[in-house]
Amino acid sequence: MNLFSIIQWHHFAYMIISLALLGYGISGSVIFLLQGTLIPVYRPVYIGAVLLFGISSLACFLIAQMIPFNAEEVLWDVRQPFYLLTVFLLLSIPFFFAASAICLTFMAFRKSIAGIYAMDLLGAGSGSLLIILLLYLFFPVKVLVLLAIAGLLAAVVGAWELKTGYRHWLTAAVIGTAVVLIMVMSIIQLEVSPYKSQSQQLQITGTGIITERSSPLGVLSVIESRDVPIRHAPGMSLQSRTEPLPQMAVFTNGEGMTVLTEHTTDISRLAYLDQVSWALPYHLSQAERVLVVGAGGGSDILQAIYHNAGQIDAVELNPQLVELVQKDFGDFTGRLFERDEVTIHIGEIRDFLSLKQDKYQLIQLVMVDGFNASSSGLYALNESYIYTVEAIQAYLNHLEPNGYLTVSRWVKLPPRDTLKLFATAVTALKENGINKPEQRLLLIRSWQTSTLVVKNGIFSANELEAARRFTNNRSFDLACAPDMHQGEANQYNKLTTPVFHDACRKLLSPDPQDFINQYKFNLQPATDDRPFFHHFFKWTSLPEIMGLKDKGGMPLIEWGYLVLIGTLLIAFLLGLILIVLPLKWMGRAHKDNRSIPYWRILVYFFTVGLAFMFNEIAMIQKFIQFLHHPIFAIAVVLTTFLVFAGIGSKTSEQLVKRLGYKQTIWISLLAIVLISGGYLAGLQWFFSEFASITAPLKILISVLLISPLAFFMGMPFPLALAVISPHDESLIARAWGINGWASVISAVLATITAVHFGFSVVIVIAMLLYLMLGILFPHQESSREQPTTTRHQL
Amino acid sequence: MKQSFSARLIIYLFSACLLGSVSGLTFADDEYNKKRMELIRVIEDDVRETSLYLDKEELDARVMKAMADVPRHEFVRKSLRSHAYENRPLPIGYGQTISQPYIVAIMTDLIKVKPGSRVLEIGTGSGYQAAILAELVDQVFTIEIIEPLSEQARALLKRLGYTNIQVKYGDGYYGWLEHAPYDAIVVTAAASHIPPPLLDQLKPGGKMIIPVGGRFMTQELLLIDKKPDGKHQTRQILPVSFVPFTREQE
Repeated sequence: MNLFSIIQWHHFAYMIISLALLGYGISGSVIFLLQGTLIPVYRPVYIGAVLLFGISSLACFLIAQMIPFNAEEVLWDVRQPFYLLTVFLLLSIPFFFAASAICLTFMAFRKSIAGIYAMDLLGAGSGSLLIILLLYLFFPVKVLVLLAIAGLLAAVVGAWELKTGYRHWLTAAVIGTAVVLIMVMSIIQLEVSPYKSQSQQLQITGTGIITERSSPLGVLSVIESRDVPIRHAPGMSLQSRTEPLPQMAVFTNGEGMTVLTEHTTDISRLAYLDQVSWALPYHLSQAERVLVVGAGGGSDILQAIYHNAGQIDAVELNPQLVELVQKDFGDFTGRLFERDEVTIHIGEIRDFLSLKQDKYQLIQLVMVDGFNASSSGLYALNESYIYTVEAIQAYLNHLEPNGYLTVSRWVKLPPRDTLKLFATAVTALKENGINKPEQRLLLIRSWQTSTLVVKNGIFSANELEAARRFTNNRSFDLACAPDMHQGEANQYNKLTTPVFHDACRKLLSPDPQDFINQYKFNLQPATDDRPFFHHFFKWTSLPEIMGLKDKGGMPLIEWGYLVLIGTLLIAFLLGLILIVLPLKWMGRAHKDNRSIPYWRILVYFFTVGLAFMFNEIAMIQKFIQFLHHPIFAIAVVLTTFLVFAGIGSKTSEQLVKRLGYKQTIWISLLAIVLISGGYLAGLQWFFSEFASITAPLKILISVLLISPLAFFMGMPFPLALAVISPHDESLIARAWGINGWASVISAVLATITAVHFGFSVVIVIAMLLYLMLGILFPHQESSREQPTTTRHQL
Repeated sequence: MKQSFSARLIIYLFSACLLGSVSGLTFADDEYNKKRMELIRVIEDDVRETSLYLDKEELDARVMKAMADVPRHEFVRKSLRSHAYENRPLPIGYGQTISQPYIVAIMTDLIKVKPGSRVLEIGTGSGYQAAILAELVDQVFTIEIIEPLSEQARALLKRLGYTNIQVKYGDGYYGWLEHAPYDAIVVTAAASHIPPPLLDQLKPGGKMIIPVGGRFMTQELLLIDKKPDGKHQTRQILPVSFVPFTREQE
């Protein structure tokens, strides 16, 4: 799934993948329409569908990546939306075949629905885990080939299980194909967009990828340029006459460049690292103990070394990046991370802070955009726990008295993230009981970067004088300082108005909310419950910006949120046309089961899809806060969810035999609501109490907490399906289609709800939806539940 | 009923394909001239709307004349020529683009070149910006890091009769010392920082312009003024008429 994040930008990767999942819903419609033809020949159709899943998952991706879709041109070029449409239609094909196979199996074996559904979920659960392992072992494109082979092998298993006459032939053919595929695996190439940073770098003669690493955190590519050196020193002062040392570039999924720097014994050659805006704290006072957040290729560590820091701790999430600096390119970097004063910690920063009690004189965050689910194409809007109010408070808690926290960002015009960060720091300080946050904040900007310094104390006159010296010597501008007056703003890097300074003053005023409301981008500080630091979109600004799109206004459009809304609308409309209408129209031709009204079935299965995904997405988010590491968190939560929902589904069969349908459904629903409610009230407290326990224990606790909830959430779909299926098998296809549609919609809707109201509200809505299910449940005999999208999350 | 629907669908699809292929057709020269004049009017309107940021109501008449004279369609691929006079960037291959005409016009205006000026361009690309500059000054020197693009631009500029443009293939970081100093430098290739050698090769009183942003989206223009005393001042210009909030009057 992260293949599209590699070849395109993640926003559209998200849209494409979400919409491709509609293939699940569409399968319901097609099977419903063709059931008369398909069911009698179930065996060959089932095996054919599984085979086609295997073939199409590889073939459709290879065709899709040849389509010249370019996200940057979407508003310029009328052809682009059609390219986008073609890409997602192509990618929905494998999902369509897989879902058809499952749906047909439900219909063919109506009596064992719970068992089939349980196996489906167990398979999806183990698949989520397996894909993470595979991504550590192979590059994504090879994983896709293996997935295709797995599809083909599943057809073989099917052929043997169903005892078809041609099973021997099929086995031989599949083995032959698999061998060929493995042999040609190495020649299958990804067609990466030529507009990604890595592609641009590779255009230069003498530049090439010298090594690559793959993991679920992304593909790392190390790039060397023999003829034209790579020289990375963002926003370096125009007064500087220094030149960066020779470097190699490391890209993650073709973007987010960090550099490996050539080792030097002559420390003065690192002087260029003193010419960037984030060198400021080293000029305010001597920093002995420094914490670098996001070690990357080590530039910020080199900067600390240049400024004689005695102890440098650095945290890096990606172990493969650390290995590149330390081992593979150890000779080039001079084994930077093994120096006496440097200690490298592999992990997530919030986790690191919750485990360690150490205090620092300086905590540095330089252009850190931590890994998040968006990198793998899961969400259009980045969830980031690095820049929330709680995160700022955590950093401040690890500062020595008079220590500094500095956060640097790229300067955007009109200002967005720099100001949001400032607002976040003001809120964090105020919540910490600081009445005059303005005495502790310093903001400067170069022509390209901004650096915010938050002091754990009040800035002294000496420090402020040093800051002025620093900025004047480098032609940087002060944007906010305790004793600053307006005339000092906007001196070197002139903007039409001193917008940074003006905005900071307003954010420091007694009522900053007025300004936040009035500003044309969203500056509301992010919190752990609404961790959308990168959400700047405001509906009220959209008409003005769209009016300017041809007049240089394109970069003002904040795509993340718009893509979410676009995905929701398209999913809704396409679902209506391809899933709901065929099911409804054709339903007239078939005889409806009068005892269970059609609308009730439709609403029930729609609600099940909605509720399941709402709860699952919210729980993944809550547990990311506990487990911190995004990959572990998603793997643990998703696998536990799917496996225990599978067990729940199977158990529901036994429960029904003892208690009947009505009692079983109510037990499961009330259990879900009670457990969710309990978690809503108590998880935050629980997580903070157990924040400092070790990772394996955290995983164990998470599994224990998620499993009962998942267990009961596995019941509502199969229970209802079992109730309706004896009346009319066509209802299975309808339920399947509607549920698939709801799952796609709900994944997007949950994120939009979280953006506006926070993840806690998502859980509350899920609880209400589950209660509704009790009322909607088709009275009579039986039923069960299904989380279509769940399995595709990875 | 169904058949007639399918037939209609086929006709629609066929028509759509036909339209698609027509859009790739080229026009006669006078058609291009007409479209170019329309583009000039669009640019003039946009400039008026952005006057707050540009500090002027209209661009230098000489710049607008250059925009009206240089045949942009010659600098884009044949398949995209019908779009050559739309106010938008277009891909030119190798992950590069020809900039939006409106951006080219304001960049050229901001560096305030005169007939005797000597201009250095880093990032030749299609050669369009160099051609506009060549209409205004005596000598244009341009460096391109992507070899095939450099060759294409050299051949094209020669064919179009530009004798005052010198094209070089290579690394632009160290500028082009033998022709320095320059009255203006245009940096169209993305850079994480401004190469100090380029600042050194700028005359005191000279100007450097750098578009910042993606290939298809110019976020801002960075204008660097080298003061007579050798110090630098930058102006960050938003090429769009957008005010994020109204500043209170002091």
